Amino acid sequence: MSKTTLTIALMDPPYESENLTTAFRILDVAARRGYDINVFAYEGAAGLAFVRQTPHPNPVHGKNVAEENHPTTKDQVAALLAEAEKNGGKVDWVNCGMCVDERGVNEFVPGTRRGSPADFHTFIEASDNVLVIPTK
Amino acid sequence: MAKKTLNIVESAYRAVMEEQDDTILWLLAAMQGSGAEHTVVLRGNAVNYAVAGQGVPGLTVGEWKQTQAPKMDRDVLDLIENRKIPVYVVTEDLADRGIERGELVPGVQPLSRAELPGLFAEYAVIAHW
Amino acid sequence: MAHYLLIESRDPFESRDVGYYYDLAKGLVQGGNQVTLFLAQNGVLSARPSAQSDALTALARSGVTVLADDFSLQERGIAKLADGVAAAHIDVVVDHLAAGHKTLWH
Repeated sequence: MSKTTLTIALMDPPYESENLTTAFRILDVAARRGYDINVFAYEGAAGLAFVRQTPHPNPVHGKNVAEENHPTTKDQVAALLAEAEKNGGKVDWVNCGMCVDERGVNEFVPGTRRGSPADFHTFIEASDNVLVIPTK
Repeated sequence: MAKKTLNIVESAYRAVMEEQDDTILWLLAAMQGSGAEHTVVLRGNAVNYAVAGQGVPGLTVGEWKQTQAPKMDRDVLDLIENRKIPVYVVTEDLADRGIERGELVPGVQPLSRAELPGLFAEYAVIAHW
Repeated sequence: MAHYLLIESRDPFESRDVGYYYDLAKGLVQGGNQVTLFLAQNGVLSARPSAQSDALTALARSGVTVLADDFSLQERGIAKLADGVAAAHIDVVVDHLAAGHKTLWH
């Protein structure tokens, strides 16, 4: 039986939309099942794997950096890759190159890569299913 | 043969001045060049993309001037004529917005809301943008 | 007969366009398909019994399976659901995707 391969297209940048919380929950389930997962990170989502994100404290709630433990999407991306691998799957996470360039987010979580619309086309052709999560 | 993909596009004028394109229509045109087989349905506010004669000269900020302002009607025509991507427009959404069929660029195909579900069976992938 | 999963992330209090999506679900089921509407994020706000939830109950009666994401419900403190709406885990979305059901997000 061939392995299930899913493609998800994301568009939202970090910290602007609940779409990403739901997206990562879907991706996490797929990774735990050991599926192969293709992610096309388009537009703002090209910043999700930007390796220079840093967490910050929360002065409103009186928490320092460690106490606040603020999420960064780069850590979520890295964790996703690790989880898939642990379960026998793999994640091919592509950051759309022009989107990366115009946003200046050209340093990625290891294991993710720069790509183009041609990759999204290849993903669609090679997947069992595709989910596009648009931005508003 | 590539998987036929139906793309329902409803988001309109989101960042088109900054990107100098609608980024979804641009993406589909780029993928068509890689051998994809796309169809577009413009619905909601995106039906306005098919209105002929739209566009502004470009943004200026101080001495900075935009030189390649987008024109969405031109891009819709490009999809139809050059990329061979069929473009449908939801007729009720036009009517809701007071847009007459005669105002549209040539080549867009009318589609009623009731007809949209019936289209789904013809496509392997459906993307809602 | 085809299977469709329609994910609705928006709510009718803020977006008039939710009605279009509910109509799409109904149109697909009337076309002889199996349709699941999965409410997520603010989309679950209409799952609480209210004037707005009547549309979901009607959809369920027309044959659409209407589910609400349990994480989104809990996040919003929604415990009681309108008739015809059931809570479900996000796994359902992955089940549909893995089964090859055409999946749309609104």
